[in-house]
Amino acid sequence: MDVRQLVEPDRVHRTVYTDPAIFDAEMEKIFERTWVYCGHESQVKSPGDYHALTIGRQPMIMVRHGDGSVQVLYNRCPHRGVQLVGNQRGNTGSAFVCSYHAWSFHLDGSVRAIPLAKGYEGTRLTRENPDCRMKRAARVDSYRGFVFASLVDEGPSLADFLGEAKIAFDDMCDRSPLGEVEVVPICHRVVQHSNWKFFMENQLDALHPSVTHQSTGISAGRVEKRLKAERGEAPLYYHYLSTFASSFEQWDGVQTINFPHGHGILKAYMGLRPQDPDTLAYEALLEQAYGKAKMEEYLSRSIHHVLVYPYLSVQSPLQQLRCLRPISADKTLSEIWHFRLKGAPEAIYRRSLWYYNLVNSPATMINADDLENWTKGQWGLQSKGGDWVSFHRWAGDDRVEGGVTYSNHGTSEAVMRNQFRAWAQYLAA
Amino acid sequence: MDKRQAIPSAGPDFEHLLAQDVVIEAGDAGARTGAQAVEADHSPRAPQAGSGVAAAAPPAPGLTASGDLQREVEQLLYRQAELLDDKHWQAWMDLFDEQGVYWMPVTPEQTEWEGSPSIFAEDKLMMEIRKGRVSHPNAWSQAPMWETNHLVSHVAIEAVQGDEIRVRSRFHMMELRRESIRHFGGRYRHTLMRGADGTLRIRLQRVDLFNGQAPFDYVLQIWV
Repeated sequence: MDVRQLVEPDRVHRTVYTDPAIFDAEMEKIFERTWVYCGHESQVKSPGDYHALTIGRQPMIMVRHGDGSVQVLYNRCPHRGVQLVGNQRGNTGSAFVCSYHAWSFHLDGSVRAIPLAKGYEGTRLTRENPDCRMKRAARVDSYRGFVFASLVDEGPSLADFLGEAKIAFDDMCDRSPLGEVEVVPICHRVVQHSNWKFFMENQLDALHPSVTHQSTGISAGRVEKRLKAERGEAPLYYHYLSTFASSFEQWDGVQTINFPHGHGILKAYMGLRPQDPDTLAYEALLEQAYGKAKMEEYLSRSIHHVLVYPYLSVQSPLQQLRCLRPISADKTLSEIWHFRLKGAPEAIYRRSLWYYNLVNSPATMINADDLENWTKGQWGLQSKGGDWVSFHRWAGDDRVEGGVTYSNHGTSEAVMRNQFRAWAQYLAA
Repeated sequence: MDKRQAIPSAGPDFEHLLAQDVVIEAGDAGARTGAQAVEADHSPRAPQAGSGVAAAAPPAPGLTASGDLQREVEQLLYRQAELLDDKHWQAWMDLFDEQGVYWMPVTPEQTEWEGSPSIFAEDKLMMEIRKGRVSHPNAWSQAPMWETNHLVSHVAIEAVQGDEIRVRSRFHMMELRRESIRHFGGRYRHTLMRGADGTLRIRLQRVDLFNGQAPFDYVLQIWV
């Protein structure tokens, strides 16, 4: 496979979305090498708490060890390969115990005991043999409570990998007077019948909302307008929906910032600072914690989404996070999480909860139409009606400075061009 | 063998197995088997939605209401299902009273429709937005053929207090979308109010999907 024949600066070959061999190469060269998001530390509060996940095609377990550390282990018994946890999450007590032959392991994966261990005396299987323990992810690190793992020893550190995109987690945590967030213990999972790249491109695609989400934006705008006429005001969450039908020009006025490794930001201030008593009380708490200048800095950041390529979309101002777990070239699982700002008033949580319930729930009035686009997109790209996918919009117009691409237009396809630059680098490695 | 290298044996828990002949037939309990010897300090199950409910007492049987009330309630529940299946959105919304709420929580433990992570949490204004959305000519996701078929059963009246009636029932919904069929099932819990005009209307329709935390293959576009 010659990556140069698939990815050109302003267009890519359709097979990068459809070819199972390319999907396998992506799993091997991107997902099973780079830093992948596992979960938040608060998902595994007590020793033995675990959460199952996949890194690329590898079933893994994130678990809290007795010493307080978070471990990331392969979900596989070294004896005969049986998975050690059979559920999405739970508590495994002080050990993992295999349901097949009762091999048991400490929470760092080292062997605890094997029944009738005498049977191994004089064999090659000794305690020091790595085949006697659960294999660990090569590297585990976290940033502000968000845990990542890499399945290989070499490569950039987590900090270098995240680079400027770490703002996703800073922006989320800085909005808490305690500088921390805690997971809401609910995870919505929605299967997309499309290649994972559709989602990543869509998240910073500022041209699509007023087309794709027109029906919801207009319907919500109508009710919002009526409420304003009748009551003088409408709750903020109507605006969450009506804003999707903003004009092309408004969306074009928004900027995207595109970083190395394919990460990026769609700017746009979400209007989260109404002057109601709840917001004022919250701002007072932040000012008390950080001082006025910092409080202003934190609350006036212009962020709609931050993307950590190739799998994470973070809406930090609303504390929501979506993580992709690709299944096959045409199937992708998305995990949808929400976080609470520690120390912030309940009203601020509830305000962001509306967005979670209306936009990110499995009864979403927004993503219903995105998913339809991506399904049809996947089918369209399987067709021989054309070989190329176009990313020509505003090509050559963007401003590049210090390795960062700033779009002059929100609708510039700089986002996709930047993502594929990173993609090609990963695959050529 | 070098002590350092020896694999730790499951130890005392298993010694009884070494000290006896293996008998492969049902005994009178007594000896702990290998599996029993693995100390159960863990739960193989996640603390699941519903596990607490299952541990509680089983729900009380429905009241023996007058035949008329039982039938009136059943007819209302059938009606709401029928209106959804026939896509009469406004007529369906009109079954709710002015304070009516449609709520699909994520887990059975949740008690408040406001302030909870929910799959649906809609008052009548939000229902109006959803209705307006699916009725819009450019609601792209509405283009593929789709139909639903609800069955409602096990209707039990739990309590009648003044104008308020609390009812639980079970439902099963099949949904056709494009070329595939999905299934959703679960429990309805209705709070019904008798209005001044004598009509029974829905104050709260709570829908607990039994598969609400399973992965959704695509999403739900309309009320279940």
